[in-house]
Amino acid sequence: MAAQPAATPAPVAQKGGRKRLTERARAERKLAYMLCAPAVLAMLVVTGYPIAYAIYLSTQRYDLRFPDDREFVGLSNYGEVLTSSTWWLDLTNTVIIMGFSVAIELVLGMAIALIMHRAIWGRGPVRASILIPYGIVTVVAAFAWRYAFDPTTGFVIGLGPISETWAPLAERASSFFVIIMTEVWKTTPFMALLLLAGLALVPDELNEAAKVDGASTVQRFFRITLPLMKPAIVVALLFRALDAFRIFDSVFILTAGANDTETVSILGYNQLINRVNLGLGSAVSVLIFACVIIIAFVFIKGLGASTSQEDDR
Amino acid sequence: MGKVAITIGVAVVSILLGSGCGGDDSGGSRTLKWYVFAEPSGAFQEAADNCTKQANGRYRVEIVDLPTNADQQRELVVRRLAAEDSDIDIIGMDVIWTAEFAEAEWINEVTGANRQRAERGVLPGPLETAKYKGRLWTVPFTSNTQLLWYRKDLVKQVPKTWDEMIDQAERLNTTIQVQAARYEGLVVWFNSLVASAGGEIVDDAGKPVLGAPAVQAAEVMKRLASSSAAPPAMTNNKEDQARLGFESGASAFQVNYSFVYASAKTGAETNPATKKIFENMGWARWPSVDPGKPSRVTLGGINLGVGAFSKNPDLAQEAALCIAQPDNQVIAAEKGGLAPSNEALYQDKRIKKAFPFADLLGESIATGVPRPVTPAYSDISLAIQQTLHPPQDIEPKKTIEDLKDNIDTVSNGGIF
Repeated sequence: MAAQPAATPAPVAQKGGRKRLTERARAERKLAYMLCAPAVLAMLVVTGYPIAYAIYLSTQRYDLRFPDDREFVGLSNYGEVLTSSTWWLDLTNTVIIMGFSVAIELVLGMAIALIMHRAIWGRGPVRASILIPYGIVTVVAAFAWRYAFDPTTGFVIGLGPISETWAPLAERASSFFVIIMTEVWKTTPFMALLLLAGLALVPDELNEAAKVDGASTVQRFFRITLPLMKPAIVVALLFRALDAFRIFDSVFILTAGANDTETVSILGYNQLINRVNLGLGSAVSVLIFACVIIIAFVFIKGLGASTSQEDDR
Repeated sequence: MGKVAITIGVAVVSILLGSGCGGDDSGGSRTLKWYVFAEPSGAFQEAADNCTKQANGRYRVEIVDLPTNADQQRELVVRRLAAEDSDIDIIGMDVIWTAEFAEAEWINEVTGANRQRAERGVLPGPLETAKYKGRLWTVPFTSNTQLLWYRKDLVKQVPKTWDEMIDQAERLNTTIQVQAARYEGLVVWFNSLVASAGGEIVDDAGKPVLGAPAVQAAEVMKRLASSSAAPPAMTNNKEDQARLGFESGASAFQVNYSFVYASAKTGAETNPATKKIFENMGWARWPSVDPGKPSRVTLGGINLGVGAFSKNPDLAQEAALCIAQPDNQVIAAEKGGLAPSNEALYQDKRIKKAFPFADLLGESIATGVPRPVTPAYSDISLAIQQTLHPPQDIEPKKTIEDLKDNIDTVSNGGIF
């Protein structure tokens, strides 16, 4: 098939428009499809099917305890979730946790990335030690934070000016503080790594040139480094925001959703796993999925994130 | 969520691998799997071995450990039963699961001669927890309930009611340990208070009743939570934090299960501070809400159900009856500190030795109350936890009104 002589009037066909491809281009495209097919198929099986099944379940009244009552109820599960005060409270909580933790992580992560980038001495050990929190299982890290802030076992309680009877995980604001700090402690290294990759994209010559022109360190950071890093920053923010929106384990361990700190993932868990109400639980899951898509859309369209770095500008 | 799913997946796979090689038919001796929480003292293992021996090779009871946390136990068992898992022969069921499992037909009813054997000599309270709609679904095994534990060196006159206790604690400048975290323990506290005030949370049809007794119960919770008698992290405390608070000497009172006595006894052997507390540890009936009206305390414990998808239901039923027999209840009490469900055992020397407070415990269990008997129990429990927590924010009348609406919503399969 590919044995077409070079004499075929290929240039003419290409000028004629996108639809008309040469024999060879068509063959290449076909090969490309075939090479992609296994991956697409695997994606369909492991992500497409569960998503479709969740959407199907969310249109059913289906409680595992009462299988005989199963029936199609259309969108009423969504109505039930969206008219409940719990969903909106949990959504607010999730957004609070996401907003604060990602913002703090960005600032800290940038500082750490700069340190890692500039480290001349002991680069390996510095990078490795910064990554340690990220290597610890979230549940374990959350337990460590819980015990640290527990009035009977915690070293934080009674430290310096802190009252010995203070129970941070028994109040809403301080619970949020501990949850957000746990998230920040755990995932700042991830943010720092992504930003470090972005820093590597900034050519040294530009900084040198600016230096020669008399730009201060601060000016160089905000005028040269940051703008050039923008794609990396947006991707890092996107990854972390999506991750933070689905926060489950640390909240589950720290407060289990008490004191109005429940997140949407815990709401979904309660419906699906505790109440075994597959209909409602799937509706919550699909809504979380929709929120994640909206967040991703906002980042990609609004802030111009590009998953394949430079090629779409 | 993803990480949790993976953890669960790994756990399930390892359980399957770990227990899958028993073989259910090897030369006439069938292996029966008993799913029950991981009891640390080995009392359940001993009971299982006793029954294997008594069966003379007809069956072998093999224990499959479940988590110790009751919510996690239920989640694991429910998921397997909903998938019609035939691996589950006998289930160590928390007393609150009876209605849910029976309604879903996940367990076999106990009938005929088996029923007579299962009911023989059982205290009325624990027997109630094994029934649903007048039929018997599980074999009563261990029971439990809370008592009031206090410091004899500090408390001159044992309080009879919650109000008296809070007054005293305020005067003595001490605290009262309760279970008020947002979990099942909060429901236990509320249920005991409502029943002690003469009311109930839901009726036989599962519809919310609540009313004045529930408002009284909510008032007690709010009063304690907003008084100086509330321990610092009260709204995060479960059974174990309450025990620690009492053992540390910070609290002169605690309401808790009988395990706290065994725990203080063990601690006293090594820790002189705990020894002083243990030597002054007194017990009394759970305080009442209305003066003169004896308290009615929530029942706990484990009953034995037979999985509806078991390949050997008759043998499993026989084994369940064997495990629950009085001798094994004594082992569970002596080794594991679990209270018996059999009435006569409270006069038994061995039980009296294991529980110096056996008379009080037997009396409290005999008059104890189950938690709402309805298939939607776990939904109702979640609604109670979410509505009454944190207790200091309760506005008695309004909160109970809200609770009524919320119970209605969840029992109809909704979210509030």
